[in-house]
Order: sequence, then structure tokens, then C-alpha cells
Amino acid sequence: MLKINNLKASIEGNKILTGINLDVKPGEVHAIMGPNGSGKSTLSSVIAGREEYEVEDGTIDFDGESIMDLSPEERAHKGIFLSFQYPIEIPGVSVSNFLKTSLNESRKAQGLEPMPAGDLLKMMREKMELLEIKKGFLSRSLNQGFSGGEKKRNEIFQMAMLEPKLAILDETDSGLDIDALRIVANGVNKLKSKDNATVLITHYQRLLDYIVPDFVHVLYNGRIVKSGTKDLAHELEEKGYDWIIKEAEQL
Amino acid sequence: MNLKDKLIKAFQETESTLSFQKERKDSIRRLEEFGFPTVKDEEWKYTNLLPIIKNEYALSASESLISKNLLDEYILTETETNVIAFVNGEFSHELSDIDTEKITLCPLSLAEKKHSTVVQNYWGKALPEHPDSLVALNTALSKEGVFVHVPKNTVAERPIQIVYFTTNISSDLFLQTRNLVVVEENAQVQITERHQNIDQKEVFTNSVTEIFAHDNSLIDFYKIQNDKRNCSLIDNTWVKQGKNCTCTVDTFSFGGKFIRNNLSFLLEGQYSESNMRGITLIGVNQLVDHHTLVDHAVANCQSNEMYKGIFDDNAKGVFNGKVMVRPDSQKTNAFQSNNNLLLTDSASIDTKPQLEIYADDVACSHGCTVGQLDDDALFYLRSRGIPFKEAQAMLMYAFANDVLSNVKIPELKQKLNRIIAEKLGVQIDIEV
Repeated sequence: MLKINNLKASIEGNKILTGINLDVKPGEVHAIMGPNGSGKSTLSSVIAGREEYEVEDGTIDFDGESIMDLSPEERAHKGIFLSFQYPIEIPGVSVSNFLKTSLNESRKAQGLEPMPAGDLLKMMREKMELLEIKKGFLSRSLNQGFSGGEKKRNEIFQMAMLEPKLAILDETDSGLDIDALRIVANGVNKLKSKDNATVLITHYQRLLDYIVPDFVHVLYNGRIVKSGTKDLAHELEEKGYDWIIKEAEQL
Repeated sequence: MNLKDKLIKAFQETESTLSFQKERKDSIRRLEEFGFPTVKDEEWKYTNLLPIIKNEYALSASESLISKNLLDEYILTETETNVIAFVNGEFSHELSDIDTEKITLCPLSLAEKKHSTVVQNYWGKALPEHPDSLVALNTALSKEGVFVHVPKNTVAERPIQIVYFTTNISSDLFLQTRNLVVVEENAQVQITERHQNIDQKEVFTNSVTEIFAHDNSLIDFYKIQNDKRNCSLIDNTWVKQGKNCTCTVDTFSFGGKFIRNNLSFLLEGQYSESNMRGITLIGVNQLVDHHTLVDHAVANCQSNEMYKGIFDDNAKGVFNGKVMVRPDSQKTNAFQSNNNLLLTDSASIDTKPQLEIYADDVACSHGCTVGQLDDDALFYLRSRGIPFKEAQAMLMYAFANDVLSNVKIPELKQKLNRIIAEKLGVQIDIEV
């Protein structure tokens, strides 16, 4: 589904990604871990098409086609979803209007009619229940005055509504208390299917107790220096990143 | 003949037929003495009137008609309202729809005859002793406009819509329109006003509106400035407020090539509130200038000022917000903000808060910002599948939201939303 080959990217002359290789297949959950500054968030931004980053080399294919020349919205229309580490506050745009616009723009790109208002509302209600979101939420301004937990729940709510093929969750666990983490993880797990895939970007192993990955990759200095199964995450939790960094530097 | 001389000559020719002869004579002398303002005047430093006044204008046009269907494009049609319309400066019976039991709404020329006492008591009384040349010019030459009188303890249930059309004019036209709004004690009214040219010829309007808000009254005045690109407008509004009353003037500037708003509030009674808000959304070759003045002449009043501007292409904005707090006006609250988005490098805004505070127990604040759209926010929206243009539009809606959310007539709010969407070239259905 997602195939990244030797990806190198920089911002304002600083090389951040120095040769990423990643292959994500339908139904899989991948975790990308790594110390601060290793390039985790850059990787997610580059996949989602953020234009401030310059891709210097390599390829990103999605469903067998290159997405390198596509705008962020076109990538979203193809089914790529990025859950933000710091969701943006947008005063004056309500959650429901935002979702309606977002969903219908994606439908338009696929040649579909806008979703009838009744169906949309029904869908919103279902997904809200899944994420234990209260009723008044829809009419609030997007992310404005939301607590950290509400913002992350809102991200997963959007993901539930947009039903992406590939969800990249950037530090979704940061700033969450244990209840919110459980709700968010539960939401993500319920949305998993054999046809979609999830990439979890995380600093800590904690999230991986709730969303169990098939593969764990360690990112360091803009490259994946080690890949393994979920056991690797446990090892990192116990021993920290130093041993991997040492190993990587020896190579 | 230059415009000034032409105006003076026109005055001399019609002088004997006009009311308020002394006031008019004094006023034309002011124009004669001071002429039109230039960029050397501090108040006109950033706004050059010269290209507008050097044009050749006729000072009146022959009567004309427009269709009811065309009228409907420019007014609220789903809300029950009173409509008072003018075509080429003349009151239009055909277009107006006035059904008033409790209030008086009529052309000013008629009010001078039928309600002469009220007109005599108020006409010109909200204006300063030494008005600028443009207000003086209007006082000297204006013949027609709207008269609104809301008696004591009366709520005008239907909003009043004022529309000034121009059409079928044989040459470019310079108009002086004049409104007089008197709201008595404990009375309420909502008013909308727009100037709309339908012609290919240029129209330049110099308008004066006087608003008298008596004790405990409530007034909402909405100015919709979305005229054709060949139009210029100088809108002078003077508000005088008594005790414990609230007056709001909101200005929405989208169209026209040159707009200067001079909006002044005089707070003469305690515990009153003045609100002025605006959205300016303009592009190529457009200029919008907001000059506001709030004079806190007494204690315990509040003024709130919020202007938002979005400037595309080579659009030019000017904001000058003056707040005067007199020595005895303790416990004054005065808030002012002017926020601007510049979408290109060639768009510009000159913004100047001007606070003169002579009392020591007051809360006054002002802030102005000039910025661009937030890249992080744009990426966030686009990553959700919302195309660039729509994402930009959404952020601009969000930016303007504080002002729009205060509009109290739902249909007007919808209409403004539609105008904004149209201006931004998007079809998004978001309600802010």
C-alpha cells in the first residue's frame, strides 16, 4: 500500500530524512519509534505532502502509484490521513461544518455526490459514540479551547469519518491521560480492517500496549536503523535508545 | 471648471429653493475656504482623494426606474422589512415597501414638510461645529435621503432597508445623500443601508447619516458596501448617544474602488455603549479607509471596536481609530482592535490607533495586527482533503467570524456569508 524507497528530505537546507525505506501492506500496523529529533514528524509530514519540506531523493508510492507530485488534499483524497501531534485551533469553524466540508470534498474528488445531511448526521453520531464524545461537541469551534485529550479524540473522530486507507498517527498518545488513551486506542483498534493500515509514530512504548503493532521501526538521524516485532518496543522501553544508537553508529 | 467651483455654482443656483439656508450657506463657505482634503491633511495622509475629485461629474441625473426583481438581488427578501429605495437620488414609490404603524419612515424631503418640528430639532445637530469639507458639502447640497423616527417606547419590529440605486445615467455622477435617524427613549430599531450602482458610468457618493440615540434606546445599523468597481463612497456617520443606550454600526466593505468611512460616536449620557465593527475584504485596485472616533464625554461608558481586514492583490487599507476620554470620564472602558491579513506582497494596510486619555480611572486597550494566513492551519485543512482555495477561504471566514457572529439579522448574516464566499471564489457551505 505504502512503499517508501530511499527517501531523503530537508527543510531550509537542513537534511532531516537521509534515506528511509518502508513498506506498509494492507491490514498491517507499523510503529515508528525514535528519540527526539530523529525525523519522525518530518516523515509523517512528507508522506502527507507538506510543501515546506523539500524531497531531494527517493520515491513514495501509494497503491502502486507515485504520490510525489500530489498536493496534500489529493493525497487525502487517495486515502491518506495524518493525525496531528498538535491539532490546529480554528475559531469560527464548527467541528460539524469542518467535517462536512472535509468529507464532501473527498467525495467530490471521487466523483460522488455530497452525503445527504441526514446520513452525515447519523454517521457522526455513530462515530462519536465510538470515541465517547459528548453531544455538544459538533457545534464547538474546531479544536478551540479543547483539552489535549479532546483534541486527540477529535483527530481520531475525523479519521473515523473519513475512513482512510492509511492512517498515520503522529504522537497520538502524547498529552493523554490513561482514560483518554484507552478511548483513543479503542477507537483506532475498532477502525482497523484487513484493507487499511496504520502507522503509529510514537516516542513511548505505552501506546503499543493498547494498539499492538506488527512491526516496529527505530528511526535515528533520518534513517530506519532497526526493525523488528513488538518485542523491539519492549526492549527499547527497558534499555532506552542508546544501544541502538551505538549499534547504528558502528555500522 | 473644477469640481469645487462646479459645486459652489450649483449651490448658488439652487440656494433659494432649499431649507436650512443659513446652515447651508455656512457650509458652502467652508468648502470654498478649505477645498477638498489632500494627502497633506493628517486625516487624509494615506488616502488620496485627488483621482476621484478630478473626474468630471454631473450633480444630478434624470429619473429612472429599476425592476423589482433587480431590487430583490440587493435586499433581504425573506425577512419582513420596510424598504425605502431611491433611484438616481429620487425617492422611488415603486420600489419602496413601507408599512409602518408605529414609526415614521419616509424620504427626508417629505419629512421636512410633514414632520418639520422633528427635522428642525435634529437636522445637522449631530455634526461638529466645524465639520470637514465633505460633511459641509453634503450639508450645503443634499436634498434627499431617509428620515427615520422611532417614537418613545416603540420597538420597530421590522428592520429598515435603505437602498440608493443609480442607473441609466448619461454621465458620471456625484451624489449627496443624507439620512436622519432619531430613536426616542426606550425605542429600538435595526437598519441596513447600501449604495448600488447598476450603470457602467462612475458614481461618487458623499453621504451623511446622523443618528440620535436617546436614553435606553437600542440601535443596530449595518452598512453593506458591495458596490460596482466603478464607484466611490465617502460615508460620514455621526452618532449622538444619551444615557444607558447601545448603538452599533457594523460596516461590511467588499466592493467599490474607493471607500472612506468616517464614523463618529459622541457619548453624552452615562452607562451607554458604542459598538463599531467591520469586515473589509478587497482586492485589485480597491481602497477602503476606516476612520473612527469615539468621544467619551461622560463617565461610565463603554466602547468596543473591532475591524478585520483581508487584502488581496494590490488592495490598500487604512485604519485610524481615535478614542477620546475626557478628564471627567472616569470608569470608561474602551476597547479597540484592528486585525489584518495581507494575502500578497503588494497589498498594504496603514493602521493607527490614536488614544487620547485624560481621565485616570479607565480601562482602555488597543491592538492591531498585520499578518498572513497560518501555514500550519492551511496544511491541517488540506491534509483533511479540503482544497487549497477552500482551505484559505475557511481560514478567512474564521478570521472574520468575530464580526459576523454579531450580526443580529439571520438573513443578513447568510447574505454576507454568500458575498464573502463569492468574493473568495469558493462554494463552501459553512456557517460562521
